[in-house]
Amino acid sequence: MTYRVGEAHSMGFQVFVPFSPWSWLLLLVALKCPEASSDLNESTNSTAQREPNVRFAAAGSEPDEKISVFALDYDYVQIPYEVTLWILLASLAKIGFHLYHRLPGLMPESCLLIIVGALVGAIIFGTDHKSPPVMDSSIYFLYLLPPIVLEGGYFMPTRPFFENIGSILWWAGLGALINAFGIGLSLYLICQIKAFGLSDVNLLQNLLFGSLISAVDPVAVLAVFEEARVNEPLYMMIFGEALLNDGISVVLYNILIAFTKMHKFEDIEPVDILAGCARFVIVGVGGVFFGVIFGFISAFITRFTQNISAIEPLIVFMFSYLSYLAAETLYLSGILAITACAVTMKKYVEENVSQTSYTTIKYFMKMLSSVSETLIFIFMGVSTVGKNHEWNWAFICFTLVFCQIWRAISVFALFYVSNQFRTFPFSIKDQCIIFYSGVRGAGSFSLAFLLPLSLFPRKKMFVTATLVVIYFTVFIQGITIGPLVRYLDVKKTNKKESINEELHIRLMDHLKAGIEDVCGHWSHYQVRDKFKKFDHRYLRKILIRKNQPKSSIVSLYKKLEMKQAIEMVETGILSTAAFSVPCQAQRIHRIKRLSPEDVESMRDILTRNMYQVRQRTLSYNKYNLKPQTSEKQAKEILIRRQNTLRESMRKGHSLPWGKPAGTKNIRYLSFPYGRPQPAGRDTRVAELTDNDSSDSELPSIMFKAHSRAGILQESRLTQEIIPMKSLPRGGKPSHFGYQRNTSQEEHDGRGRRGALRPKPLFHAVDEEFESGEESGEETSAIRSRWSGEHRPTRQHHRSHSPLLQRK
Amino acid sequence: MIRSEPPALLTGSFSQASLLRLYHRFRALDRNKKGYLSRMDLQQIGALAVNPLGERIIDSFFPDGNLRLDFPGFVRVLAHFRPIDDEDPGIRDPKEPEPLNSRMNKLRFAFQLYDLDRDGKISRHEMLQVLRLMVGVQVTEEQLESIADRTVQEADEDGDGAVSFLEFTKSLEKMDIEQKMSIRILK
Repeated sequence: MTYRVGEAHSMGFQVFVPFSPWSWLLLLVALKCPEASSDLNESTNSTAQREPNVRFAAAGSEPDEKISVFALDYDYVQIPYEVTLWILLASLAKIGFHLYHRLPGLMPESCLLIIVGALVGAIIFGTDHKSPPVMDSSIYFLYLLPPIVLEGGYFMPTRPFFENIGSILWWAGLGALINAFGIGLSLYLICQIKAFGLSDVNLLQNLLFGSLISAVDPVAVLAVFEEARVNEPLYMMIFGEALLNDGISVVLYNILIAFTKMHKFEDIEPVDILAGCARFVIVGVGGVFFGVIFGFISAFITRFTQNISAIEPLIVFMFSYLSYLAAETLYLSGILAITACAVTMKKYVEENVSQTSYTTIKYFMKMLSSVSETLIFIFMGVSTVGKNHEWNWAFICFTLVFCQIWRAISVFALFYVSNQFRTFPFSIKDQCIIFYSGVRGAGSFSLAFLLPLSLFPRKKMFVTATLVVIYFTVFIQGITIGPLVRYLDVKKTNKKESINEELHIRLMDHLKAGIEDVCGHWSHYQVRDKFKKFDHRYLRKILIRKNQPKSSIVSLYKKLEMKQAIEMVETGILSTAAFSVPCQAQRIHRIKRLSPEDVESMRDILTRNMYQVRQRTLSYNKYNLKPQTSEKQAKEILIRRQNTLRESMRKGHSLPWGKPAGTKNIRYLSFPYGRPQPAGRDTRVAELTDNDSSDSELPSIMFKAHSRAGILQESRLTQEIIPMKSLPRGGKPSHFGYQRNTSQEEHDGRGRRGALRPKPLFHAVDEEFESGEESGEETSAIRSRWSGEHRPTRQHHRSHSPLLQRK
Repeated sequence: MIRSEPPALLTGSFSQASLLRLYHRFRALDRNKKGYLSRMDLQQIGALAVNPLGERIIDSFFPDGNLRLDFPGFVRVLAHFRPIDDEDPGIRDPKEPEPLNSRMNKLRFAFQLYDLDRDGKISRHEMLQVLRLMVGVQVTEEQLESIADRTVQEADEDGDGAVSFLEFTKSLEKMDIEQKMSIRILK
C-alpha cells in the first residue's frame, strides 16, 4: 500500500488514493517511525516498505537455522496491536466510568479520556518505549476528524436547529471570529513586551494561535447539566456552536497558514485581507453547498436499495465521506460539507432505509467518532508526558486569561444584539451558562500539534499553552459547571418534601408537559410551512421510496408485541383485578399512625416508581445513544389506558351490541366524516371485550381504539388485522387484546418510518368500516404528529381525503 | 356554551402575537377543518397519549361535558399557564375578576385534575386513582393505598377524610406554583 505523504507544512492537498477509512491502519504501518517525532520525513516510507519484506526475506535467507517452535515477533504487529490496546483501554475506562452512576453527572467524559491518555503517555514515556506513530496532518484531517464531525451533524436535532438558525449562525460565526482575533491581538500585544521574551512571535502567528485556541467543544459538557433541564434554545445554541465551531476555526486556520506562507508580514496589503475575507465566506458557503448536494444524491440512491439493504450504511458513510473529500479538493470547508450532508441526508435516509440499517448507521457512527476522539485524546496524553515542552509563564497565563475574557465579551455582546431580534430572548443566566461551557477539546490540540515547525519555531510553546488551556477548561470548568447550573436554577434542593408535595409536584410537571404538547412547537410558521410544502411536493416524491414493503416489519412488530403482551399478562399487569374499582365501603377512615420509616419508604417508593415527565429537549449524550427506559413507561401507560377504556366499556356505557351480522355495523359508523361527534362517551366506546368476541364483529371499533392510543405503527397493524377479523367470529382475542401494544421501541427512529399509503386492502373494506378510515387517517396523523418532527400532516390528510370523499 | 366572561379577559391577557400563534395551533389541530376541536383531535397529539395524565388533561379542555372546543375555550384553558406578570398585584382593581393565571386559579386548575366528581374535595378514592395513573406497575395495590392514605392524611386538617381546595392550597403553600405551572412561550 503506497501512500505518498506531502510535506507536513503544506496545508494544500496531497495526492492520495481514496480508500476506505480503515485502511488508515495500514497507513500507519507504512508510516511507522522509530522516534516519536512530529515531523514527517520521506524516509519513513522506505523503511516501512522494507520491514515487511524483511520478515519474509528472513525466512528465505536463512535456511540452515532450525525451525523454532516458539518465537516472538512483536515488531510486525506493534502498531495495530498498540492502537487496539489504546482503544480497548479507553473503552474499559468508559465502562468503569459509567458503572459508578454518579460520575457522568459530575464530570464530562472528556476528563476521563484525557486521564487515560495521560496514563498511556506516562507508560510510554516511563518505559522509554518507541512510541507508535504520532498524528500527522493527513491522518488527522482525512481520517480522524470526519467521523467526529459526521456524528455531530447526524445527531443534531434538526427542527430546533433551524428554528434558531439565525442566532446560531450569528453566535457561532461571529463568536469564533471575535474570539480568534481578540485573543490573537491581545497576545500579540503581550508579546511586544520585551520582558517576556516573546518578541519573535509575530502577529500572524499569534492570530493563528488565537484561531486554534478558540475552537470549543461544549457538547462534552452537555451531559453534565442535562438533568438541570436546560431549555431547548440554549441547548441548541451550545450544540450549534459546537457544530459550526470546528469548521470555522479550521477555515480560519487554513487561511492564516496560507497567509503565513505566502507573504512576509510587511507585504500583506488590504486587498489580501479582503481576499481573505471573501475566501472565508466562499469556503464556508461552498462547503455547505457541496454537502447539500451530496446529501440529496445519497438520499436519492437509498431510494433504490430495498433489495440490498446491507449496503445502505455503506452508502450513507461513503457519501458523507465523499462530500468531505470533494470539498477538500476544492479547498472548501470539508467539515461544513460533511455536516450539511449529514443534516440533509438524515431526514430522507431514515425513511428509506430498513430498520436494521438505521440502527447500524447510528451505532456505527457513534463508534467511529468515539474511536477517533479516543485516539486524539491519547495522542494528546502521549504528548503531554514528554520532553518536548516549552514553558513560558507569561504566554500561558495570559492565554488562559484572554480566553476567558474574550469569550465573555463575545457572549455578552453578541447575545445582547441577537436578543433584540429574538422572540424569546436569552436570559443572563443562559448567557452565563454559555460562557462557562466554553470547554476546549481535541480540536484545538490537533490544530496546535499540526503546526508546521518551519513556520513556527516556537511551536512547542504553543503546544504547551494549548495543553494547559485544555486541561484547565476540561477539568476545572467541566467539573464545576454542573453545580453552577444547578445553583443558577435556584432550585429548592435538599429539602425533604412531604409525600403530598412530591405527588403534586409530579402531577404538575406532567400537566405542564401535557399542555406544552397541546401548544406544540412554535416557530416561524411561514418559512417552515413553505419549506414543508416544497419538501412535500417535490423532494419527497423524488427521494423517498414508494410502496414501502411492510410485511416483514409488520410481522416483526406483531411478534414483538405479542411477546411483550404475553409477558405483561404473566406478570399480572393486565389482570382486571388490578384495575377494579375498590369498594368505597371498605376502609372509610383509617387513620394510621405511620412511623417515620414507613413514610420514608413510601417516599422512596414514590420517587422510584413515579413515571418520569417526558422531556421535551432531546437528551443528547455524545458517547451513548439514548437509553430506552422511557419506552417501557410509555408502554405501560398506553396499555393501562386501553384497559381503563375497556373497563368503562364493560360497565355498560356501550351502544347496544350483538346486532346480527346483516346490518354490518352501519349504525356504529354513525359519524361520517364531518359530523359532530355524538355524546362524548361513545367515542370512548371503542373496545371489544375479548370475552364477548363471539357477539361482536366490530373491527371498526378496534380502529377507534387505535386512534385513541395514538400508537405509532398501529395503522399498519390494522391493515393486517382487518382481514383476520372479518374471518369467523371466534375471533382471536389475542390479536385484539394486544395489538395496541405500543411500538415504542425505537420510537424515535420508527416515528419517521415511511408514509402510510392506503393499501388496496383498506379500500376493500372501507364501505363497511367507514370509521375505520377516519381513524386510519387519524392514526397516521397521530404517527406523524408523534414523530415530533415537521412531518407534513397534510400529506396524510390529503392522501386520505379522496377515500373519505367517496362517501 | 361560552361562559360569560368579559372578553377583555381573554384578549387582554395574551399578546397579539401569542394569540395568533395559538390560533394557528388551533387550526392545525383541527384536522377536519370543523372550526372547533373534538376530543379526538386532542387525543391525536401523540405525546399526550403517553402522558400518564393525558386523558385528564384532555378532559379539562372539555368542561361540563362539552363536546366541542372552540377557540375561546382553548385559549381560556391555556391562559391558566401564562407566566405571572411581574407587575405589582396591588395596582390591580380588586373588583375585576382575578386573572386566569393567578396562583389561585392555577391551583384550582390542578385541583380539578384530581377532583373528578367536582364536589370540591379530593376524596381518598380520587387520590388513589391519580396515584395509580402516575405510578409504574411494580407498586402493589396495598402500597398505593397506604400512600394515598398518607397523602390525604397529611393535607386533611378538618378530619373529613378528604382534601378540600383550601387544604390543598395550604399544603402547597411552600411550592413555587408560578414556575411549575407556567409555560414560557405563552407569555
